[in-house]
Amino acid sequence: MDANRSSLRRAWLVGAVAVPTAFLALFFAYPLATILERGLTTGDGLALPPGTAGLLWFTFWQAAASTVLTLGVGLPLAWAIGRFRFHGRGLVRAFVLVPFVLPTVVVATAFLALLPEGYERGIPAILAAHVFFNVAVVTRIVGGAWATIDRTTSEAAAVLGASRWRRSREVTLPQLAPALSAASALTFLFCFTSFGVILILGGPTRSTLETEIYNQAARLYDLHAAAVLSLLQLGAVTLVLVVTSALESRLSGAESAADERDVLRRPSGLERPALAAVLAVAAVVLALPLLVLVGRSLGAWGTLFRETPALLVEPWQAAVYSISFAGVAALIALTIGGLAALALARRPPGALDGLVLLPLGASAVMLGFGFLIAFDEAPLDFRSAWWLVPVAQALVAAPFVVRIVAPALRSIDPRLREVAATLGAPPSRGWREIDLPLAGRAFAIAAGFAFAIALGEFGATVFIARSEQPTLPVAIFRFLGRPGAQNQGTAAALAVVLAGIAVVAALAAERAAEGRGRVL
Amino acid sequence: MTLWHKVCAAIAVGMALFVAGCGGSAGNGEVVLVTHDSFAIPKEVKAAFEAESGLKLTILQGGDAGETVNRALLTKGNPQGDVLFGIDNNLLSRGLAEGLFQPYASPALAGVDRRFLLDPTHQATPIDYGDVCLNVDRTWFAARGIPPPRTLDELTQHRYRNQLVVENPATSTPGLAFMLATIAHFGPIDWPDYWHRLRANGVLVVDGWEEAYTASFSGAAGSKGTRPIVVSYATSPAAEVIFAKTPPRSAPTATVAGSCFRQIELAGILNGAKNVKGARALIDFMLSERFQAAMPAGMFVLPVRKGTPLPDAFRRYAITPGRPLELPAATIGDNRDRWVDEWTRTVLR
Amino acid sequence: MLAVRDAQVVLEGHLALAGVDLDVSEGTVLAVLGPSGSGKSTLLRAIAGLQRLENGTIELDGRSLAGVPPHRRGIGLMFQDDALFPHRDVAANVGFGLRMQGMAPNAAATRVAELLALVGLSDRNRQAVASLSGGERKRVALARALAPSPRVLLLDEPLGALDRELHDRLLGELKRLFDATQQTAVYVTHDAAEAFALGSQVAVMRDGRIVQVATPGRLWAEPTDGWVARFIGLANVEQDGQTVTVTRPEGVTLRPDADGTAVLVSAERDGPLVTLRARRENGREIVAVYVGLAPPSPGTRVTVEVDPGAVIEVPTGR
Repeated sequence: MDANRSSLRRAWLVGAVAVPTAFLALFFAYPLATILERGLTTGDGLALPPGTAGLLWFTFWQAAASTVLTLGVGLPLAWAIGRFRFHGRGLVRAFVLVPFVLPTVVVATAFLALLPEGYERGIPAILAAHVFFNVAVVTRIVGGAWATIDRTTSEAAAVLGASRWRRSREVTLPQLAPALSAASALTFLFCFTSFGVILILGGPTRSTLETEIYNQAARLYDLHAAAVLSLLQLGAVTLVLVVTSALESRLSGAESAADERDVLRRPSGLERPALAAVLAVAAVVLALPLLVLVGRSLGAWGTLFRETPALLVEPWQAAVYSISFAGVAALIALTIGGLAALALARRPPGALDGLVLLPLGASAVMLGFGFLIAFDEAPLDFRSAWWLVPVAQALVAAPFVVRIVAPALRSIDPRLREVAATLGAPPSRGWREIDLPLAGRAFAIAAGFAFAIALGEFGATVFIARSEQPTLPVAIFRFLGRPGAQNQGTAAALAVVLAGIAVVAALAAERAAEGRGRVL
Repeated sequence: MTLWHKVCAAIAVGMALFVAGCGGSAGNGEVVLVTHDSFAIPKEVKAAFEAESGLKLTILQGGDAGETVNRALLTKGNPQGDVLFGIDNNLLSRGLAEGLFQPYASPALAGVDRRFLLDPTHQATPIDYGDVCLNVDRTWFAARGIPPPRTLDELTQHRYRNQLVVENPATSTPGLAFMLATIAHFGPIDWPDYWHRLRANGVLVVDGWEEAYTASFSGAAGSKGTRPIVVSYATSPAAEVIFAKTPPRSAPTATVAGSCFRQIELAGILNGAKNVKGARALIDFMLSERFQAAMPAGMFVLPVRKGTPLPDAFRRYAITPGRPLELPAATIGDNRDRWVDEWTRTVLR
Repeated sequence: MLAVRDAQVVLEGHLALAGVDLDVSEGTVLAVLGPSGSGKSTLLRAIAGLQRLENGTIELDGRSLAGVPPHRRGIGLMFQDDALFPHRDVAANVGFGLRMQGMAPNAAATRVAELLALVGLSDRNRQAVASLSGGERKRVALARALAPSPRVLLLDEPLGALDRELHDRLLGELKRLFDATQQTAVYVTHDAAEAFALGSQVAVMRDGRIVQVATPGRLWAEPTDGWVARFIGLANVEQDGQTVTVTRPEGVTLRPDADGTAVLVSAERDGPLVTLRARRENGREIVAVYVGLAPPSPGTRVTVEVDPGAVIEVPTGR
């Protein structure tokens, strides 16, 4: 009996490790390995295609430049939402998420229309679009961390005679460092593997590893080159992740955890115009491309309820499929990511935390190809199963769940769990009674994020979505691909719907998190 | 059905799908069509096929024509579906060389114009055709008092400087067709020189048709594009009329007659198809008058079946060039990759 | 009732418990006294099942606890910092263990009310724990630990880090509560006064070992070595080679005398007692306690009288 109990406890822990591992092995490692193997056996070994060095260099420096610029735009906004309480703060937090979830096709076309003539394509356009996409990452990660920095440390420094500048350099900055590093790493990763933006705004002469893999695999059908470049990209991403997570765990000692509600205050004095200026600039930067979309959608809303040759369903139904798929994907991502976070939180932060982001380093095209040839025979015959769509979306969303939930779980005092155990709560019950509610805020935010990411996922979805169940990004893409003002209008209207759903989801998560916050 | 009912129905269908779990692969009651993103037919036509054949028609789309063919090559032997539609005369040789299809000579081929029969082995069946042509923004040219170009040669003139946008032939089907048009027109020796001159005259190259037409071309409705000449389709002017918010009296864009290259789209039964009988029925159906008549409005292509009626806008605005530029499919097959490389060196490097 | 035999625990490569033997009998409180790092918290965690034993056994009511997970041991635990569940109100904190037992809500509510009355927080059921004062938090933590009626209650320095006044008041309350409920308990502290006040037996720990177990009276009378003597607060501990001489201050009288051989250095009052310190001619200090209102003032010459019964000799313990 006692032995049974203890093995039950072990089974619980093993499950927390095994379920996410099995999921990754089956839906990530196996298909990817299958397509890589197919590619590598068709050519001569690991010989790099010509021009790879230039490709790698451009990929690297555009990502680095994009990251620096994104920090420049995102940090003032992080300061605004991390320090101050003002009307519409929640709305701002939700609003910055919108670019993040919009399909790149939509954003890229909006940018094409927005940017001044002669600058629509090329490096300035790429950088601008990357900033637009990733401001959310910097704002939310750094702003969130800023809001938990105990004001008293800065006040103590002030009493000790530190000037405003020295205080921010020697007190605030070290405490923000882990969040800054995490946000920079994530932004760099997104820009390093950026696809749609480079493809559309880069024009035919600008290629990154990711777009070149797509070119080689989907367009030129050179699987060997695609496989070699995929390996190169995975290796580069692994390197980035290991370096940044090592950096992060070195920095993480400086963190503090005050309650957001004790930190935020109303702006005073010169802070008022500064805050107003930051918000105004952000509103312009974030809203302009969206306004272009709204403008284009005018007059096309009626077409959402009309049959169209472009889709097998009425356009509005794509929203229903999108919400359903993203809902299931968020559930899968929460389960898989939550379990992984649980297992990960039992050890101090390390390289493994960074490596959970590795699925983001795989080219969506190669993964999609992998699905096609890895899941084509019994017992793994499900390449046309509907649930492969939310599974693929969850693959992209789950890493974020881990990254959001694991630190929250880590910050829970282990003695709470121990007390619960001495009061008669078995480990699983303790998890449900203590960890789950206490990390509830993180779970709510992760759920919102996962849903939004699944909602906007395009690269893998387009490969496996069935035509009678299109998602919004797929539907938008189909309409964009057809001539005529009406089709463009329908695409814009669907994009506005997508943005709307994303805002509502993010706001709801925000509300739920706030509710949890009050209990905490 | 009210809107509310439809919402409920859609949610119910969604739920049912989630509960149903594993969607199995094609059985004998289903025929699966693998095709590109541009494939579009009205619901009634799909329903008509299902009623006639007693089979459920499942459509798998993903990517453009080239990507669709490549996906089929990837899954050769154990294909995702039974019929592939969307391989064109420019890619046909690749599919045939790889043994993608099994032969089927549909009895309905009798109604097809002979010039479309590209494959004497009947592994691929022609379904539709269209022409890739230069489109010009008539309003733009009228406002500036410049006559629009009428031939390929005129494009290198100074007055058309910085006005042309084309697609990259390495990544776009119309882009490839237009490159082939210049090869057909200038010959296999001189065509790179033409592109040299186009480059000097400020040609803009983009990756795909969407960007070229909807973002860079000034003549597409709602576009902020600045270039009045674009590589698109002969049917594009008709589309501008059909999908205009308020129908214009005349088409705002037009094609340049001497610039058109013929594209023929074909369908074939995939090797390893699970439902060969159903696949044959589908090919027959795709050549039937019902399907052929529905294609122009949905896909902006022209039917290969003789005597198929065309929609009004097509008769008025879509010009079918009398003598489009053409190259033999085998020649294209032998030289395509080399030409694309040469084009890339000439125009992009 | 609770028997620990040769318990060994390895933490980060060193022996945190180096073979501990302990017995706690039904209805008594064992105070475990030791400096920080002596292994007393580890001992509690081992008993609670939160820490794996490298070696040795722990038995409760004659049954081995080996392999029994914490939630099945019926042993309660109270931490120094209370570890209240921040997301639950007072009643839900106290009722947590009852819920885990599957007690019916009504019965649980009655029991919670009973316990809150016992700790003097009757009207605080629905209050958020974040809004409680330090003393109230302790009381809630105690009520929570007591609610499931644990066979043994373990307390890990529950009164550490409290101000003196609150500390003394809660100490008195704990004492009365243990006396009233006959709760079997193990009470860990580094404060000898607490240990003496609460423990019917006091176990002194040092470097992962129990060095002495005795009643408070015996411990005071016969510390096992010089280290223990110093640690429990005995003054006048003087080392002479291998032996240590302990002279209990209450057996020392410092009498004002102009020809005295010692000079009074200080006189500090602590409640009814005055601690006197004098420097003898050999340079050593001697401490005495004085009861009364007129202690001699510093600088006074005194003679030193020692009651022979107040002098013991023990090994050094080093």
